[in-house]
Amino acid sequence: MRRILILLGVLLAAHVALSLAHPGGAVAKPGADGVNVGIVFDLGGRGDKSFNDGAYDGAERAERELGAHVRFVEPGEGSDREAGLRLLAAEGMNLVIGVGFIFTDDLTQLAGEYPNVAFAGVDYAVAVDPAGNAIQPPKNLAALKFREEQGSFLVGALAALVGNSRKVGFIGGMDSPLIHKFEAGYAAGVKAVCPDCQVIAQYAGVTPEAFRNPGRGKELALSQYQQGVNVIYHASGSTGLGVFEAARTMNKLAIGVDADQYNEAPGYVLTSMVKRVDNAVFDVIARVKEHRFTGGIYEFGLAEDGVGYVYDEHNKAMIPDSVRARIEQLKAEIIAGRIKVPSAR
Amino acid sequence: MALLLFLAQTLRIAVPYLFAAGGGALAERSGIVSLSLEGYMLGGAFTAAIGAYYTNSAWLALMCGVGGGLVLAGIHAIGTIRFRADQVVTGVAINLFAVGITRFFLQLAFKSSSNSPRVPGFGGENAGVWLALVSNPLVWLGVAAIPVLAFVVHRTTFGLRVRAVGEHPDAATSVGVPVNRIRYVAVLASGALAALGGSFLALDQHQFTDSMTAGRGFIALAAVIFGRWDPVRAGFACLLFAAAETFQIRLQAAQLIPSQFVAMIPYVLTIIAVAGVVGRSVPPAALGRSAD
Repeated sequence: MRRILILLGVLLAAHVALSLAHPGGAVAKPGADGVNVGIVFDLGGRGDKSFNDGAYDGAERAERELGAHVRFVEPGEGSDREAGLRLLAAEGMNLVIGVGFIFTDDLTQLAGEYPNVAFAGVDYAVAVDPAGNAIQPPKNLAALKFREEQGSFLVGALAALVGNSRKVGFIGGMDSPLIHKFEAGYAAGVKAVCPDCQVIAQYAGVTPEAFRNPGRGKELALSQYQQGVNVIYHASGSTGLGVFEAARTMNKLAIGVDADQYNEAPGYVLTSMVKRVDNAVFDVIARVKEHRFTGGIYEFGLAEDGVGYVYDEHNKAMIPDSVRARIEQLKAEIIAGRIKVPSAR
Repeated sequence: MALLLFLAQTLRIAVPYLFAAGGGALAERSGIVSLSLEGYMLGGAFTAAIGAYYTNSAWLALMCGVGGGLVLAGIHAIGTIRFRADQVVTGVAINLFAVGITRFFLQLAFKSSSNSPRVPGFGGENAGVWLALVSNPLVWLGVAAIPVLAFVVHRTTFGLRVRAVGEHPDAATSVGVPVNRIRYVAVLASGALAALGGSFLALDQHQFTDSMTAGRGFIALAAVIFGRWDPVRAGFACLLFAAAETFQIRLQAAQLIPSQFVAMIPYVLTIIAVAGVVGRSVPPAALGRSAD
């Protein structure tokens, strides 16, 4: 019994001592000049090859080109998220950015508590009142949203034009409105260039685990390829890595999402629908630096270069010039507002 | 042809379940709750990917995978047998530990929080589904594991002892059976087997992905319970659950049944089995109890 008490005492002392220690890296003095930015990553942190890395790239560019001072916090599970945001806000950062829709509630609350700090949420989920109108975020909070459906529209058209099949595939992660947006844009893009094409849309599951199940992704993709699909677009996180694996096995094509995923399966990735989180982050840092930051909803679509598709030396050979011209024409029509892309199926 | 494709897909989905359920049946028969199958699978998948990356050989990777499963099962065994910790709590702890430790080493080894680079595995590029299926030795091993385990449990001295320590450890002790040693072997074997299931996932994907087992260990445990702790019945339960998944994958596009319902099938069947609707379902009498 005494030994246990002593052990408990030691653990308690260690706990208190450690909690007094400053969290790692938090000692960097906010520079007097330039803009001080704090970024809290979503679960996964740096190296997720997607959102967090995009935000990091944007912040790095802001450091180089705008002289911003950027601090990063990688939270663990759950409650650390809010603590990370609060730490940065309390330290007097000019701008605090939360990467991922998961920060929505925490950001809304902290924006009220720290009215002099600017906040920004990547993929911030804007609430809707009963009448269906978007509820504006607080005055010092910028909701950075992406028009994923517009980018998905273009890769849908590309899949139909290049696929050489009446069937095109879509594989989503968790069956949820967020991913339906990708599917809706994609299907609209397919129909725009091939009205009698059929879009086979499947989802990996109904829980968040559906974004991390490459085994299921591979099986879904194999069954679609066996049904005569030649190109599959995935919006399913790590589950999509299984889609690429299936493309390798069957020698067919897949389309990546969020970031350029060419390197996951060179030669089998037709293109990727990229969300330029880096541009959005850079843009909001620039606004703060130039004192033209205001809260509100910022939408990054094709016109703002917030979404797009990859066309570079890797996949040039797979996309004929005539197809490329057609896609660019569709893009111009969307930007001009002549084509309205649906965001719900 | 459609039927063949259906069966092939069912088999591919079932392989990790077969390994894990076989191991789970053995460990549970010895009286140790196998909630930690999920953790063994994830650990095995990770060490297999690491092994494949550094040795460039799928077979050596397989050994590394088994090693990872053995380490995690060893921790579980020491905790529950040597220190008589609550088996459910230890099992949950192993699962959480496996998620954390794989993520940690993923960062350390590959500077990525999401996935490893591509590693060698079974089934080459452009192989097509059929060649990929038959050329993967883990498919054959998985199918063979079930009858082998059934033989071990029902026809060997070791199997008799496993069953004895799971039913009545005191009686086994009284006739000189080393209860704890038998349990150690059973738990370690379950770790190795479940890790083979995890290795199948990693080597089939040619990659480790954070949390890639996605609850398969729990489905396997459900198969063990649905199969009334018998390796052969558990094996058929695995095939049944895999067939349900295949059914869902093939028919989802047609939107006949909401996918939520199909995802429930393993768990609903398990509840039905535990409720005693299909025959009597009696767990090993000493399951979850430490030997004195």
